[in-house]
Amino acid sequence: MNPKRTNNIATGVIYGLVGIVVLILLFLIGYILFNGVPHISWQLLSSPAQAFSAGGGIRDQLFNSLYLLVLTLIISFPIALGSGIYLAEYAADNWFTHLIRTTIEVLSSLPSVVVGLFGYLFLVIQLNLSFSILSGAIALTFFNLPLLTRSIEESLNSVSDLQKQAGMSLGLSDWRTITRIILPVALPGILTGVILSAGRVFGEAAALIYTAGQSAPSVDYGNWNIFDPASFLNPMRPAETLAVHIWKVNTESVTPDAHLISSASSAVLIIVILVFNLGARFIGNWLYKKMTATR
Amino acid sequence: MKEIQNKLLQKSKATREDHFGKAICYLCIGFIIALVACILYFITSRGIATFTKDHVNLWGFLTGVNWNPGALDANGNPEVGALPMIVTSFSVTILAAIVATPFALGMAIFMSEIAGKKGTKFLQPVIELLVGIPSVVYGFIGLSVIVPLIRKTFGGTGFGILAGTIVLFVMILPTITSLSVDSLKAVPISYRQASLALGANRWQTIYKVILRTAAPGILTAIIFGMARAFGEALAVQMVIGNALLMPKGLVSPASTLTSKLTTDVGNTVMGTLPNNALWSLALILLFMSLFFNLIVRFIGKKGSIKK
Amino acid sequence: MKTYNLEEKSIVTIEDEIEISSDNLQVFYGDSHAIFDATLKFPKNQITSLIGASGSGKSTYLRSLNRMNDKIARVEGKIMYQGTDINSIKVNVYEVRKQIGMVFQMPNPFAKSIRENILFGLKSNGIKDKEVLDERLETSLKEAALWDEVKDELDKSALSLSGGQAQRLCIARSIAMHPNILLLDEPASALDPISTSKIEDTLTELKKKYTIIIVTHNMSQATRISNYTAFFHLGHVVEYDKTSKIFMNPTMPATADYIAGAFG
Repeated sequence: MNPKRTNNIATGVIYGLVGIVVLILLFLIGYILFNGVPHISWQLLSSPAQAFSAGGGIRDQLFNSLYLLVLTLIISFPIALGSGIYLAEYAADNWFTHLIRTTIEVLSSLPSVVVGLFGYLFLVIQLNLSFSILSGAIALTFFNLPLLTRSIEESLNSVSDLQKQAGMSLGLSDWRTITRIILPVALPGILTGVILSAGRVFGEAAALIYTAGQSAPSVDYGNWNIFDPASFLNPMRPAETLAVHIWKVNTESVTPDAHLISSASSAVLIIVILVFNLGARFIGNWLYKKMTATR
Repeated sequence: MKEIQNKLLQKSKATREDHFGKAICYLCIGFIIALVACILYFITSRGIATFTKDHVNLWGFLTGVNWNPGALDANGNPEVGALPMIVTSFSVTILAAIVATPFALGMAIFMSEIAGKKGTKFLQPVIELLVGIPSVVYGFIGLSVIVPLIRKTFGGTGFGILAGTIVLFVMILPTITSLSVDSLKAVPISYRQASLALGANRWQTIYKVILRTAAPGILTAIIFGMARAFGEALAVQMVIGNALLMPKGLVSPASTLTSKLTTDVGNTVMGTLPNNALWSLALILLFMSLFFNLIVRFIGKKGSIKK
Repeated sequence: MKTYNLEEKSIVTIEDEIEISSDNLQVFYGDSHAIFDATLKFPKNQITSLIGASGSGKSTYLRSLNRMNDKIARVEGKIMYQGTDINSIKVNVYEVRKQIGMVFQMPNPFAKSIRENILFGLKSNGIKDKEVLDERLETSLKEAALWDEVKDELDKSALSLSGGQAQRLCIARSIAMHPNILLLDEPASALDPISTSKIEDTLTELKKKYTIIIVTHNMSQATRISNYTAFFHLGHVVEYDKTSKIFMNPTMPATADYIAGAFG
């Protein structure tokens, strides 16, 4: 075969492969939205789930997902920020830094089910936190830390070294230079990373099945006392999330309208994650423009 | 002069600030290191209990084909043969990687060599969306589209390795693609120019120069994809059928390590053999994850020496 | 490039009051020896230029004087300032940098307003009195010859300034800290001729209050503004003398060749 012909065939094949992938994505998104969106109603979003009869909603699961997300970010962001600052600004090129990087890589490559099982073993059983939002949030923190740390490190590294030198040359401490000069410049990137990680956390289920649990007891949304077991804010109650709910109704439940519930829940899940993704891009760009803008 | 000298020699607010900041950072880093050490310790100590406490033979565990930890076999040993799950896990992983690699490479070549900036701008969101879809949603679509389709085409239940492969292939596609793009883009532009200057056309340049230079990076990408496939739990669990049998073909129900773990951990009692045996499965997962990590490192070292 | 005997050097004895001096200073990057036995004394309220080809070590030397090389290189030997060896680990490095300010090759204003650029360092050092801050803001911008151009837009982002303005802002930011010495690392090399001459005028004014040490690759700039000049070659200080002497009648062959444009 002559080279020119091979070239054309190869190019054609590549276009074909790309086309198929794009079609797969369109099918996935289309399937979820077409099957799910028509079933999304206020009724669905505002009523509790039903185990044995049709017509159940996803109110509690949706709230649990959001609450768990907020708790996870509250726990994981400071730790990731500290670690990210260490790696970007303090870490020297030595065995200790090497060890840290290896550790973070190992953590990020652990299957989420292993992280979940560890959470079960350590949090639920050893520390006696039982199946609870708190257990779930800590397990998700384990799962979220490596990626968040890395994205914060990258954002900090993308800030010009000249800024750090400027701070140093004024006799400012490294810490002050980092937190007051470098961090604000890196903020758009960090925020984008946080929102993207929020999307991942929101859709995660494997790490939660044995930590946050698979049941959503009914709670009182008017009870603001977080120590009251009936309060919606109590972090010690078990909490099935939306993602876990989808898994559960598809594998173990006898709910007659399982397909409808999972279609609608999947659509809600996908829409929230899409909003996160778009929001990350938008907020990042907006903040960046605002900060470098010439007023 | 004395005053300035004193200032130069005394600790100031800045010194204290730096001690404070460093302490915080070390605390955070220390937390992560302690966490990973804890994970490794807990899973390992639970996982080896099957062999140390319950005296199960390691070889029998890895090669046995019957899993029924509650019962004893003819020789009076507990029946904990993990081979069916090991085989199934490896099958779906390898098959998914084989199917995904051509697509991922096609995408990567398209983005870095053919379409230029515009194509990248178009395909980047495609990759991000594929990453963004949660695994339970992949599992749900697999369950409601792929499984019935296989049932119709091949008969049987529709559950099995084939369904698992199809779901996993889409899930690991973005991982392999984006890492491959990185390694293709790392090939210096001068290589392309040199090859084109010698009269090679685009495909010859891609095939003979770029792909070969980027080979270690692409291999790393595939291994990362395999690691993801091997560890994926829920999506696979929803379509694999969860039958504790040696897989007889691609369309018979089977069980992977992860699917067994997700379904059974809640149904066994801590400290008993059936429970310990499950932790041993988790230990295999952990080992494989570390092993994939090690290979990536090894390739990284070899690849960098060549340059 | 010819090979010169780098063991031979010609160093002038300075009679004026000395502000800062280095004594047998050595700098190492890992295993490579970058500065050899640099012994130099810098006179108070004068401008000293450090010249030499790229890679001669002049910037490395300059950055060692206020400990900016701490985490990058190993610096041995003494740096005497106010009767103290400021290269000792016992010394408070933040205080050193406060008293020995630095301006870099690329203008590097903070991504803050013009006002905050000047005041941030002061506020970080606990100065809160609004009158003091306003006074420092105005005088430092005036001293850096930037006040007239920015006085109506102090709250504008500093990133909107032109290169020359931004560099003068960086000078103003340094002198707002009331340092005794100002180190400048090729401050005008990224600027156009007009901005350059503004910076040069500014420096000539500033030497009344500060001791200035400036690295430059521009020999006419060195002749225009500096009182003393040190010539660096391959990490060695080859010749140090009055600027007029160095450029009119250099003692060492390497200096003569460099000035004649034989290398560099």
